[in-house]
Amino acid sequence: MEMLAERGRRVTVEELNTTKLLAHARRQAVQRKYDNMLIVDCDAHHYENENYDQILPFMENDVLRQLSIGGRALGRRGLVPSQAGFTQDMGGRVTRYPLRSTEKTEPGRIRDVQLGERWMDAMGVDYSCLFPTGMLNIGLHPQKEMEADLCWAYNRWLTEKVLPESNGRFFSALCLPFSDPEQSLRHVETFGHRKGVTGFMVTTVRNIQVNDNALMKVYRAMEERDLSLSFHSGPNWSEPVFRACNRFLSVHALGFSFYNILHCTNWVINGMGERFPKLPVIWIEAGLAWIPFLMQRLDHEYMMRPSEAPVLKKKPSDYMRDMYYSTQPIEIQDREAMECTFRMMNAETQLLYASDYPHWDFDLPSTIYDLPFLSEKAKHNILGGTAARIFKLLPRNDKQRENLKKFGNLAA
Amino acid sequence: MPEKFVAKAAELKDGDRRIIFDGDNEVGVFRYGDQYYAYSNFCLHQGGPACEGLTIARVEEPLNPDKTSRGLAFSSTDMNFVCPWHGYEYDIKTGECISDRRLKLRTYKVVQKGDDVFVVT
Repeated sequence: MEMLAERGRRVTVEELNTTKLLAHARRQAVQRKYDNMLIVDCDAHHYENENYDQILPFMENDVLRQLSIGGRALGRRGLVPSQAGFTQDMGGRVTRYPLRSTEKTEPGRIRDVQLGERWMDAMGVDYSCLFPTGMLNIGLHPQKEMEADLCWAYNRWLTEKVLPESNGRFFSALCLPFSDPEQSLRHVETFGHRKGVTGFMVTTVRNIQVNDNALMKVYRAMEERDLSLSFHSGPNWSEPVFRACNRFLSVHALGFSFYNILHCTNWVINGMGERFPKLPVIWIEAGLAWIPFLMQRLDHEYMMRPSEAPVLKKKPSDYMRDMYYSTQPIEIQDREAMECTFRMMNAETQLLYASDYPHWDFDLPSTIYDLPFLSEKAKHNILGGTAARIFKLLPRNDKQRENLKKFGNLAA
Repeated sequence: MPEKFVAKAAELKDGDRRIIFDGDNEVGVFRYGDQYYAYSNFCLHQGGPACEGLTIARVEEPLNPDKTSRGLAFSSTDMNFVCPWHGYEYDIKTGECISDRRLKLRTYKVVQKGDDVFVVT
């Protein structure tokens, strides 16, 4: 395949082979004996837009389904809001983006499952929580009925076609149509018990208040079912404040943290941790540097203005330490700052490894395993033990069982 | 020091590269202009195949005397190679990471003997 480099120069690049591309990851996995420890990736992705032919027939509403499928035939492919300027591939520098369509898979099996097995096997990952890509923008859809129907179709396809074919290695926190609390509740009631469903995911690129009374029944339904609630962040160049940014780097660096900061603030200050103490809440893909920042900001304000957060019985940072956070994209440039962050958030019990593969800024398990300030227990917990406990994932061999038991993470 | 055969000189045209395997080690050998350059194929970031991605000119943003930007442009002199995992860019002439030139890939010597090109590992 030819790719355009600079000044019109074309370079020939071989077809993509995930196993070959990640050969160095496999080497790390062997060197570090990852087979002995359960590794759970709590945030991996696929490109669901490449499966619309299979997904869209699951839409319930005849008119919306016809609009979606018929529109695609006419070349109107934008079912979910997309954003100009989003060049994750950096002009082809991250080659797996432009080459993705060249990768060969076996006929008769779902392609995304096969690709997932390749990257999991290369990295030494045992289980991955599978999330969509384009639908992370579903919260920007102007029609809440379309948001609900697209989530419904995706969730049916994922739970009826994809997860069953993955031999249990993929699980998911399904997309919630968060703009519609009634539909969100229906999703929890319908899909919450299905195999491979460990909870539900809210895309945080949206401006809904997570403390809205209309949403309490949704959280309660999840808590009653022993499910988890994830908030998955993202960037949004169309957000008025980010219109001031002129580079993707800037929007990406700020946006992922911004939306989790926004919704985590409302979650904490409105005492959601008091209201739903048994609901595991996970904040995904915002990095880690925002966590000590927000802890300090909220504690500082709360000490002076407790009358505005009367439901709280302890400091905001204490509630933040009750919740969980995914590692990726881990900010690795200042080791001492990272160590401070780990201490402030009780990383040993609250941090969950995530790769975000195949997205451009993915992290390998070595980003955790190689940290010199972590104890053996902390490494096992972060890389998979804590996730195994939350999501009730079983070991895949005897050594993993032994280690899960050793560190108190073996699911009953 | 052991030498590993890379290629016949005539086979390595300007812009070509080879990845040489020496036990567990991997070395990327580039032909750029009239010179050969060789670096460790393990990215300093997360260990990706640093020498196996695109080669692409460094992006510059020239400024006018009044400090206004003239926009983005490709360098006419500086060439980089890019780790395909995450986009870390390295100067093809030095192996330095252009985002932080204190970071530098291990460099290997390349020798030509007759028509044969070798990398000294």
